[in-house]
Amino acid sequence: MIRSFLRSREAILLAALIALVLLVETRFAGFAAPSNLAAIFNDTSILVILALGQMLVILTRCIDLSLASNLALTGMVTAMLNAAMPDLPMGVLIAAAIGLGLLMGAFNGLLVWKLEIPSIVVTLGTLTIYRGLIFLVSGGEWVNSHEMSAAYKALPRTEILGLPLLGWTGAAVVAAFAVGVNRTALGRAFYAVGGNPGAAIYTGIEVGRTRFQAFVIAGGLAGLCGYLWVSRYAVAYTDVAGGFELDIVAACVIGGISIAGGLGTVTGAVLGALFLGTIKNALPVAGISPFWQMAISGAAIIVAVAFHARRQPGRVILKPEAAR
Amino acid sequence: MKDTETDADPVLRLDGICKTFPGVVALADVELALYPGQVTALVGENGAGKSTLVKVLTGIHQPDAGTIRVDGAETRFPSAGAATKAGITAIHQETVLFDELTVAENIFLGHAPRGRFGLVDWTRMRGDAAAILDRIGARIDPRTPLRELGIASKHLVAIARALSVDARVVVMDEPTASLSQAEIEELYELVGRLKSEGKAILFISHKFDEVFRIADRYTVFRDGEMVDAGLIADVTEDQLVERMVGRSMDAIFPARTATPGGEVLRVEGMSHPTEFADISFTLRRGEILGFYGLVGAGRSEFMQALFGVTRPSSGTVTLDGRPLVIRSPADAIASGIVYVPEDRGRQGAITAMPIFQNVTLPSLAQTSRHGFVRMAEEFRLARRYTERLDLRAAALDQEVGTLSGGNQQKVVIAKWLATRPAVIILDEPTKGIDVGSKAAVHEFMAELAAEGLSIVMVSSEIPEILGMSDRVIVLRDGRIAARFDREGLTPEALVRAAAGYETAA
Repeated sequence: MIRSFLRSREAILLAALIALVLLVETRFAGFAAPSNLAAIFNDTSILVILALGQMLVILTRCIDLSLASNLALTGMVTAMLNAAMPDLPMGVLIAAAIGLGLLMGAFNGLLVWKLEIPSIVVTLGTLTIYRGLIFLVSGGEWVNSHEMSAAYKALPRTEILGLPLLGWTGAAVVAAFAVGVNRTALGRAFYAVGGNPGAAIYTGIEVGRTRFQAFVIAGGLAGLCGYLWVSRYAVAYTDVAGGFELDIVAACVIGGISIAGGLGTVTGAVLGALFLGTIKNALPVAGISPFWQMAISGAAIIVAVAFHARRQPGRVILKPEAAR
Repeated sequence: MKDTETDADPVLRLDGICKTFPGVVALADVELALYPGQVTALVGENGAGKSTLVKVLTGIHQPDAGTIRVDGAETRFPSAGAATKAGITAIHQETVLFDELTVAENIFLGHAPRGRFGLVDWTRMRGDAAAILDRIGARIDPRTPLRELGIASKHLVAIARALSVDARVVVMDEPTASLSQAEIEELYELVGRLKSEGKAILFISHKFDEVFRIADRYTVFRDGEMVDAGLIADVTEDQLVERMVGRSMDAIFPARTATPGGEVLRVEGMSHPTEFADISFTLRRGEILGFYGLVGAGRSEFMQALFGVTRPSSGTVTLDGRPLVIRSPADAIASGIVYVPEDRGRQGAITAMPIFQNVTLPSLAQTSRHGFVRMAEEFRLARRYTERLDLRAAALDQEVGTLSGGNQQKVVIAKWLATRPAVIILDEPTKGIDVGSKAAVHEFMAELAAEGLSIVMVSSEIPEILGMSDRVIVLRDGRIAARFDREGLTPEALVRAAAGYETAA
């Protein structure tokens, strides 16, 4: 078990992550301090959660580009609800956020399932639609910090054992995924559908329905993150999390989730998100310009993919055609 | 009765061609000669090596040994392009064309006429395409996008493409398989025209009527060997059938002693709008029912409908006296009918998944508690069935993609046995796996039947049908053409029923 982990791509990614942290530590003492690492994890929690949702979608040979728009729209809706009805209990607000996210995920999933439109086309469309809806519901207005209730802003910041609730939420989602993906029939179905759709059909798994389920879960998580994001930054506007959909995909790719489907692990997605999050945290510390940060993040993606691609041999997919 | 006397020299001559794939000898010391202006029919069972020979001829496969001579000069075809350059062109079983391009582009792809500056001369291309289509009697506008054409017209385009290069040898691999009777007649005319142009034609067919109608010579393949060749005028259909089937019973099949029990499955009047019609049969406990037929006879299509992958238009299925409604594979699996598909690559194993997860995939309800899969339970189930099948693997968490074809097939069969079905449908259970694994699969099938599992076995291999089945149903063109009991089952009778060549033996 341990031996096979050491040879896995997750182990290599973990080593790279540790090396990165130590490298920054040599230049800026305190970077690797537990409190700072906890802060980085807290900071990256939203990316971790979304990367896990995206992972399910990618496992089924699809992709969801609308997650950041979904997040921004639910974030805006929760902020406006809170501003209009400050006494609405947080539980109701969070349930509404998740529900709205699920709905948007279900819309993506239905188009992919019932109309068999390629997911990249569907979600490229809904990316714009959901983003446009923000403008329609808000009229382009911002919801600012002073309009939000104290409870709305405080909840994710509540610290338990030194880690804010935001970080704990991330950890809880990771734990749920670790069990759900590896130990439920649905989790297995995601791998089967992406690994070999034809075989999945013959095993009694409905490919379209399974994809739909992946989109719904990813959408629900995006809804949850909508509240977390807006509450954390204490501001909601049309362009919240603009471009973040690509960070989510990047985290998955760095984490070794194969865009071809059927391959990838929860550990990989989490490490991929943390790797990206650490880079984004470390570079400002090192005083590197944001433009270089983008280039470095981009390079990390390509290196990761090139690395995974090189590790492919050893797997024999195409056998010489048997004699006929 | 080897025919070596010839009035003309062969255009193409193969000698001592050998080709092996891992675990399988596809061609063993094969010879073949093709003469200008003559049609040579190549006949043999499925798996006799005909398609491999075509691939050797067209430069797709390289022979391990042997010589290829064109006009007496020894040559090699390291690539498909080299074979084309030597004047050899093939019309393959499954046409390889591009739906989004026009007919003219399809015909000339790769060798389009060039004009000034090396740019494609579209006017000339369309003109040339029209001329070739006209020559083969196809009334197709060269500007039509290919996707707008039906299967038969696409076939004509494939033929036109084959003729667009200056071919001297034309290989046709079962060209009439997807054509209607009228189109077949047109094809025969075309073959006649090619003959009169002095082209040498290799015509691969299962249909004896057409072999006798258009061929001048014949070559018979069996199990990768050339067993006979000569002039059509010197043989009868009976002789040809006999040579094609041969003894070929030297493969050892397990003894089947148990007698089948009561009726388990009853299928009545199953029909499909386009694939099959009026299929009825019963299956008894512990019985192996063979389904034989030519490729494209509708066997797999019927099985897919029975399993719920496609919907039949009418018909009833009864299992243990209870009528079944099967709307999806999940329904079929839940009722106790499972299907091991023919196409292992596309429909069988999930190669990126470990062995144990493949095995337990349809049985997760069995290995779960409160909705959570118990890994220990999974390993136990997977171990039980893979051990029974004698699977050779280092560990059960090894990915299936790392296994050999025979072992992958065992994983797929283990997966279905683990669901503890009442009826298992095996579609070409030993296709493409090595002889040793074949025997193991056969042994295992006999054991399962003896334990009371009812088996439907679809096979194109006559020895397998003869050696394993208690009863046999032969399909032809989507309908039941004949039923046989174990007595009265002869290879000749099977071939006749499948090919629609009915004469008293």
